Amino acid sequence: MSFEIVASSFQHKDIEQEQFRRTLKCGAIGGGTVVALCVFGLINQFMERWIIENTLSLAHATFIGITLTVGALICIRSPKLSSAARIFQGFLVGVVSGAFLSILILIMATFDVRHMFVSLSPKLLAFLSYGFDPYTACLVTILAGGVLAMAGALIRESPTWLRKPLIVGLATAFFIGLFAELLQLAMQYESVEPIRDYMFTWEGQTLTGFITMFVLGFAISLFWVTRGKAVMMNHRAKSSGSQRSIRYFLYAIAVVLLLLFPMAAGSFFGQVLMLVGLYVLMGMGLNLEVGLAGLLDLGFVAFFATGAYAIALLTADNEHLILLLDRPLTWWEALPLAMFASLLMGLAFGIPVLKVRGDYLAVATMGLGEIIRVVVLSDMASPLLGGSQGLLHIPRPWIGNFELSDPIHLFYLTLISSMIAAYFAWALENSRLGRAWMAIREDEDVGQALGINLVNVKLLAYALGAWFAGLAGAIFAAMLGSIFPHSFQLLISINILALIIVGGIGSLPGVVVGALMLIGTPELLREFGEYRFLAYGFVLIVMMRVRPLGLWPSAVRKREMQSAEEAEALLRAQSGQKA
Amino acid sequence: MAILEVDNINVYYGNIRALHGITFNVEEGKIITLIGANGAGKTTTLNSISGILAPRQGTVKVFGQDVRQIMPHLLVPKGVIQVPEGRRIFSRLTVDENMAMGAFTQLDKATNAKNRDRVLQMFPRLRERLNQIAGTLSGGEQQMLAIGRALMSNPKILLLDEPSMGLAPILVDQVFESIQDINKAGVTILLVEQNAYVALQIAHYGYVLESGQIVLEGDAKTLITNEDIRKAYLG
Repeated sequence: MSFEIVASSFQHKDIEQEQFRRTLKCGAIGGGTVVALCVFGLINQFMERWIIENTLSLAHATFIGITLTVGALICIRSPKLSSAARIFQGFLVGVVSGAFLSILILIMATFDVRHMFVSLSPKLLAFLSYGFDPYTACLVTILAGGVLAMAGALIRESPTWLRKPLIVGLATAFFIGLFAELLQLAMQYESVEPIRDYMFTWEGQTLTGFITMFVLGFAISLFWVTRGKAVMMNHRAKSSGSQRSIRYFLYAIAVVLLLLFPMAAGSFFGQVLMLVGLYVLMGMGLNLEVGLAGLLDLGFVAFFATGAYAIALLTADNEHLILLLDRPLTWWEALPLAMFASLLMGLAFGIPVLKVRGDYLAVATMGLGEIIRVVVLSDMASPLLGGSQGLLHIPRPWIGNFELSDPIHLFYLTLISSMIAAYFAWALENSRLGRAWMAIREDEDVGQALGINLVNVKLLAYALGAWFAGLAGAIFAAMLGSIFPHSFQLLISINILALIIVGGIGSLPGVVVGALMLIGTPELLREFGEYRFLAYGFVLIVMMRVRPLGLWPSAVRKREMQSAEEAEALLRAQSGQKA
Repeated sequence: MAILEVDNINVYYGNIRALHGITFNVEEGKIITLIGANGAGKTTTLNSISGILAPRQGTVKVFGQDVRQIMPHLLVPKGVIQVPEGRRIFSRLTVDENMAMGAFTQLDKATNAKNRDRVLQMFPRLRERLNQIAGTLSGGEQQMLAIGRALMSNPKILLLDEPSMGLAPILVDQVFESIQDINKAGVTILLVEQNAYVALQIAHYGYVLESGQIVLEGDAKTLITNEDIRKAYLG
């Protein structure tokens, strides 16, 4: 009997120790993040941005957000505790996080660390200590951390109908505040002026605006959480015909919104969306290669460059042109030629790497992509391609007597091109060629053994992928009016690859989602300068840990995940039986 | 009539000689087996037939035509298909999709439907699991799928590489029974096996491979009683 007691007390101690470690770890994650943000200098920038005008700065909002998150995190990670114990753990986690920040405050107050960490300025110290002396400030920070993290734990522990609306409401209000300036730019119409003045001043979001947005987000989410199931059931109960018409109706609304939004929102949004559109085009092209055919390609930017340079050579009125034609072509005339040039480049690119596989292929294609850029830069090619001076005076496309000069016009051009390209990509995916790509992606040797011509199929993947990129390059050249080799860095290839991975490899809607995330969002956050790339890297890491399949995974990948889960469940059940 | 003729082929991996002048014929409508231990050159022989490897000397003729003049992927429409060692099914695709891949060269829908029915009749287990991810099938089912996938191409010659590998004895019997059925339906079979006993039981004629050479050949019935083979492979 005594043995059992001893054993159970050991076990108890074990659990306690484990919980202690867990709390410390979560606290360290929160505290470490906050301290890192201070050291990197982000907080200095965030201090000056209001989420709610004169009330809540972005820096405060960041602290609050992080602390709430770790509070919720510890609840998720301690499933064995009771609800009350979890909320108490939340408090402890907040205290640990606060302690981290307190140590930073004490260090800053005692030593001069500015010669090593430029960002740790007296201004930051003043901000962190709220005008208290350092010791009181530490106490306040620790307490505030505890309370906030406990609030996070409380939110996590509250029932779904309350938790989801709360999170959605806070997030809505936060993002409206974050993008206040851009939203105001988009609301430059007299008809919406009262709403604008109600919600924003030029400094940021008003308190009333924040509350309104919170209530709005809360209410919509509350409706969805409580009534959403009934709505969906109702929808499913309808005949498939009316379901389809509802779906088409929703698609139509989405298309109309997409068409109207940039026109209403102004040329800045138009420009951002157009850039997103270009990356969507390229993403769809690379998706044919990587997602469908499994050919990892890090030199994709070469095809983009080919399209852009072909347009420049054929349409710009310069001395290079005379070598080729007696008059410059219009953009529309040059477009098919440019796309064809990219297609040929894709073939030329594919031939040397036909027998290279996997990781080696990635490196080989990276080399090929760089070769193209270096050749363009070289003196040898500069009489034709302009070297580092680039090619200038590329005309914009005209439709009749109308010049597509504004970013918004070009956005529409990109949008229509993307839609046509998406249709092609979809049709390809479901074609015989698409099946052949799928087979060689899964197993090249077996694909060949089943009668697939590896050479043709691989070259077609490169050529058609390049074709999409050529279209993007042609629009890109028209947008800028001049092109330089520096616009075609390796980073573009990497970005395109990253966006299709984040979106969900092999998935067409995933390309759009990935481009919005990785290309659109950083553009909107331009005011934070280089710091936005910090967020970019952070998002990539988090995404790959939390959603390794991407935001909108393709059917095959989703199934694979499901079957892995099923197998795991089966194993667990079996081991459970044995125990 | 011999529809597959292997004439004195020598195959090298770099400077290492893997096959030393292998010669044999496969008659139409028969089951011919190549047996031998690990590393005897069985898979190398098979890969030289399907065009994956090119012999340095000697020729392989399929329906009288030198395989070196046929691109590897064009062997399938000619009626020669290989079921690779270790099954190599597309494990992330469903059973149905795997079978559809097998019919890649078969454009006629009616023939496809007929072949599919035939395969599903032969392997009822596959019918039950049509929409299951192939990677979650058991080893025996995967082997059935690999054979079924190959049959979808409507082959005249089926090259089977170690179909018994990694299977429980009861499943081996099942799979080999199916191979016999396929043969009865008119498909010529070249069976490469380590498990000499089961291979010789269903085969008409057998060749014994050792270190890249054929050391013995004969009717399966006589080979199975041969003392040397008994000692070396049957235990």
